[in-house]
Amino acid sequence: MAAKNNPNKCLYCGGCVGVCPVQAITLNDTKIVIDKNKCINCGACVKICSVSAMELE
Amino acid sequence: MVDYEVIVVGAGPAGLIAGSDLAKAGIKTLILDKKQEIGCPKRCAEGLSMNWFKRLNLEVKPSFCIQPMHGAQLYSPNGKSIMFKKEECQGYVLERKTMEKELAIQAVKNGAKLLMKNQVIGATRLNESEIKLEIRENDEIKYYTCNIVIACDAVDSLTSKMLGLNTKLDLREIDAGYQYEMTGITGYDENLLHLYFGIEVAPRGYIWIFPKRDGTANVGIGIGGYISSETKMNAKQYLDRWIASQPGLKDGSIIEVNAGTIPVGGFLEAMQFDNLLVAGDAGHMVDPVHGGGIGIAMEGGRIAAKHAIKAIKEKKYSKTDLEGYTKEWYETRGNELKKRLTARHLLEELKDDDFNYLAESISMDEALKIGNNSLSGLEKTILFTKKLITRPGLITLLMKYMK
Repeated sequence: MAAKNNPNKCLYCGGCVGVCPVQAITLNDTKIVIDKNKCINCGACVKICSVSAMELE
Repeated sequence: MVDYEVIVVGAGPAGLIAGSDLAKAGIKTLILDKKQEIGCPKRCAEGLSMNWFKRLNLEVKPSFCIQPMHGAQLYSPNGKSIMFKKEECQGYVLERKTMEKELAIQAVKNGAKLLMKNQVIGATRLNESEIKLEIRENDEIKYYTCNIVIACDAVDSLTSKMLGLNTKLDLREIDAGYQYEMTGITGYDENLLHLYFGIEVAPRGYIWIFPKRDGTANVGIGIGGYISSETKMNAKQYLDRWIASQPGLKDGSIIEVNAGTIPVGGFLEAMQFDNLLVAGDAGHMVDPVHGGGIGIAMEGGRIAAKHAIKAIKEKKYSKTDLEGYTKEWYETRGNELKKRLTARHLLEELKDDDFNYLAESISMDEALKIGNNSLSGLEKTILFTKKLITRPGLITLLMKYMK
């Protein structure tokens, strides 16, 4: 299990990057990269997203 | 020998002012930004008050100061409003993209080097006076060394984290923001900022209209960061629902979509580390009450530059040597913002009825007096006390926050 980004909804604002407690998320150019090994499924990124572009799967 | 004495990461208002001041003082300065264009995408409602222009010695240029503001109108959930309006100009709604490009040009004129689409992907402290940054430009990886890094790289601030300063925010200290720049809209005074409150409208936040002249405006929302998971509605859904209910807005066109998060609180105990200073959103330099941060960020960048210049001259870069930065920032701005954080906590507890009550009980005449600053501190206190005395719930709430 890890957070997943929906590129169709995402506006690449970096909010999820800012709240991630384990720095599992990076924003490269216009791509959100989630390190599944680091992700602890806390859901902070899901909660903060203004457009519901993050989910836990 | 380092490549640059200071590398500023992030070419927003904080980074550009810092870079500009550093270069002006003769410091060999590089400003990097991972984005491809200065000022884009904007994550901002673009209002800047006149006080900031004066404090920062910033020229009012028609190129980016596009709409003068004469005050604000605050709307309660039942549609009542309080207006604060003055004859003289209180500030401007900016075209931030233009403003930032002008700041960038000034920084380069002062002698700074600026590179876009250069992303910091690694940072290592080689020794007490040297940091090596690993930078990606498209597929190319390159390395620059410097004495000091000033991280102005937004709310995520990965650079600070790479160098050992944890700037992570709690969900309670962050607002989720969403905004449209709309055109073809009507029904509001273009000389005022318009703020809409209420639990249904924008829980733990507000909706704004910041006019950008000619039927065009930033129409946005900020809500508490933990709201969406409680109400199952995200910031976009709150804003869309509200716009659909506004006759003057619902048929407008959208020329830009912006999203972002606003660090409204959670001020950092230390805004410096070994060879590192943090400014702007990266250092959570935002007013906790209204979420504005352009002026605060630029001031932070300026103070950071001042301390970096001192450090370079004295060749002292440790977190203890750089302590003066955090101290000066708190004395200049931080302590005041901390007080405003308390005010925010109070506002967060207001219910729709309280907003309605306050809007109804303060008459337009009284609001104008408050807005014109024609009341003394004592008169204001008497006025508010009179309003509060008939609503005991508000007094209890107020007592809780008056320590």
